Amino acid sequence: MRQLSVPPDEPRQAHSPDPRSASTPAPAGPRRVRRLSTPAGAALAAVVLGAVLAVSMVLAIGLGSALVPPGETVRYLWAALTGGAIQADEVVRYQIIWQIRTPRVILAALVGAGLGVVGVAVQAMVRNALADPYILGVSSGASVGAVLVGVFGALSALGVYAVSAGAFLGALVATLLVYLIAYSRTGVTPLRLVLTGVALSFGFQAVMSVIIYLAPSSEATSTVLFWSMGSFGAATWGSLPVVAAVVVLGAVMLRGLARPLDVMALGDETAASLGIGADRLRRWLFALTAVMTGAMVAVSGAIGFVGLVIPHIVRMLVGADHRRVLTVAPLVGAVFMVWVDLASRVAAAPRELPLGVITALIGVPVFITLMRRRGYLFGGR
Amino acid sequence: MDLRLDGLSVELGGEPIVRALTLDVPDGQVVGLVGPNGSGKSTALRCVYRALRPDAGRVWLGAEDLSSLSLRLSAQRVAALTQESGSDLDFTVEEVVALGRAPHLRGNQALSARERDLCRNAMELLDVAHLAHRGVLELSGGERQRVLVARALAQEPRVLVLDEPTNHLDVRHQVELLSLVRGAGITVLVVLHDLNLASAACDRIGVLSEGALVAAGTPDEVLTPALLREVFGIEASVVPHPLTGDPQVLYRLPPRPGHLDSVMSRKASHDDQRS
Repeated sequence: MRQLSVPPDEPRQAHSPDPRSASTPAPAGPRRVRRLSTPAGAALAAVVLGAVLAVSMVLAIGLGSALVPPGETVRYLWAALTGGAIQADEVVRYQIIWQIRTPRVILAALVGAGLGVVGVAVQAMVRNALADPYILGVSSGASVGAVLVGVFGALSALGVYAVSAGAFLGALVATLLVYLIAYSRTGVTPLRLVLTGVALSFGFQAVMSVIIYLAPSSEATSTVLFWSMGSFGAATWGSLPVVAAVVVLGAVMLRGLARPLDVMALGDETAASLGIGADRLRRWLFALTAVMTGAMVAVSGAIGFVGLVIPHIVRMLVGADHRRVLTVAPLVGAVFMVWVDLASRVAAAPRELPLGVITALIGVPVFITLMRRRGYLFGGR
Repeated sequence: MDLRLDGLSVELGGEPIVRALTLDVPDGQVVGLVGPNGSGKSTALRCVYRALRPDAGRVWLGAEDLSSLSLRLSAQRVAALTQESGSDLDFTVEEVVALGRAPHLRGNQALSARERDLCRNAMELLDVAHLAHRGVLELSGGERQRVLVARALAQEPRVLVLDEPTNHLDVRHQVELLSLVRGAGITVLVVLHDLNLASAACDRIGVLSEGALVAAGTPDEVLTPALLREVFGIEASVVPHPLTGDPQVLYRLPPRPGHLDSVMSRKASHDDQRS
């Protein structure tokens, strides 16, 4: 058996020096310069973003209708973590910092990170630059679940977590339905998944409208607003552990699949020739992203735009390689969401703006600016 | 490593696409597969690089049945150039070529120094080293095709499967690619549309028509005016190449008709006769 050997010193074919490389010099200018698109560059970006995230979180915890300077914020957080003492007259401020704002900011960071990562995975899974975590019907399914619980009082045994549990179940049922309907003998093709997800989303929204229309109370309407625009207003320490575990574990698992995701981007047939069964990988990704999205929707509602745009912004910065993208995307998502949540709290205080409004108001200009500055190609020329 | 397609049959949507195809590709030889559009060439290749499971028959790799190997193990032995055009995402050329090492690596394991050299050499062989840091989405079709071949070579395969590798390539790169493939010393199964290139590059040629192998042998044995008329429906002369002696096909267009109307009516009557 002969192995293909590529002798290093074999003379190049007769045409060297290559006339083409002389006539077409390497393209210069900013269009192709991606300084961060090396492993070292991505590591640097990750360190910087990690620091930015820490600072952002401290600032966001201190800022709000009751203003707490960063130094004091850090002191309260330190006291809470180490069991230290605070003055008696500081108790109210301490309560605001530790019981209300800290879980809220942590939740914002978690959900931002999770949506960024899931957005990357879903876009790779359905091979579509327009895909986001909600494209497969997860958010509308979750809304139906939540509204059913809210209006008909199902799952009341779960107490304050009943609505979240209903949303999570609704999300899972919706994705399962999408998968089963999209399934055919030849496997699940990306386009079938997207089309089924979009179609079923409309169906779920119709179901939700019917429920609201027939519901006895007016509370259902505000519930729907919460689920379709998103808010971290309900964040408590008690709601954090499940979503934190799911998001962190899921992000680590997806990061572990970075090279298979790269391979799948070359096409299903090429993936097979490189040892990756695209169907199987897609099934696994589908389950993983559904659980992650469901867990996030259950605690924060459906926050649009983040999962669509963060992946593109990150690819503009560090290139397409999924090892780099999946390292940087959660940090960018977390930083972005922490500031979005802060804006939603303070922009129209004492009222809160829905998160979906802010993500779009901030995200669209940022995105358009980046897109016009760099030679980024959305999967084609 | 010997490759043997053994009684391969594939049905897609109830239609037989490949019928009991048996073809030997001896170790180190280049075997071409030619045939009209829709004759099942690409489908047969898909079974070899594991994108498709045949309904009947086997693919043997040496003494091993391909279907008994995991996808990963067969990808360590068989590399393929498919008809897929590259990537949805804007990977750099270097990154795409490095993905050829995927079947040899665990998870996200980084490339060793030897593997990076291997990728660099593959890029130089295919004349794409100067594009290493360019995004694949901005390359021309021919450049991208060469990048994909470089990726397949970086896979260090014992068997190379190529589906129309000369697509999009200019003449110089077509000739270079096929001479490279010939000289690589690995077992190659290649689908080609250009019969003259097939004649020059292949040790043996198999001819597919409507999913079945209708002829196989050396280019001299296979490329005859009678076979070209029967399988491809063309009138052609076959002459030996003045320097190499390989059979070369010279096409002759049918006598020029008056204008388009007569072409259409001639085609209609031709189709009537066929059906």
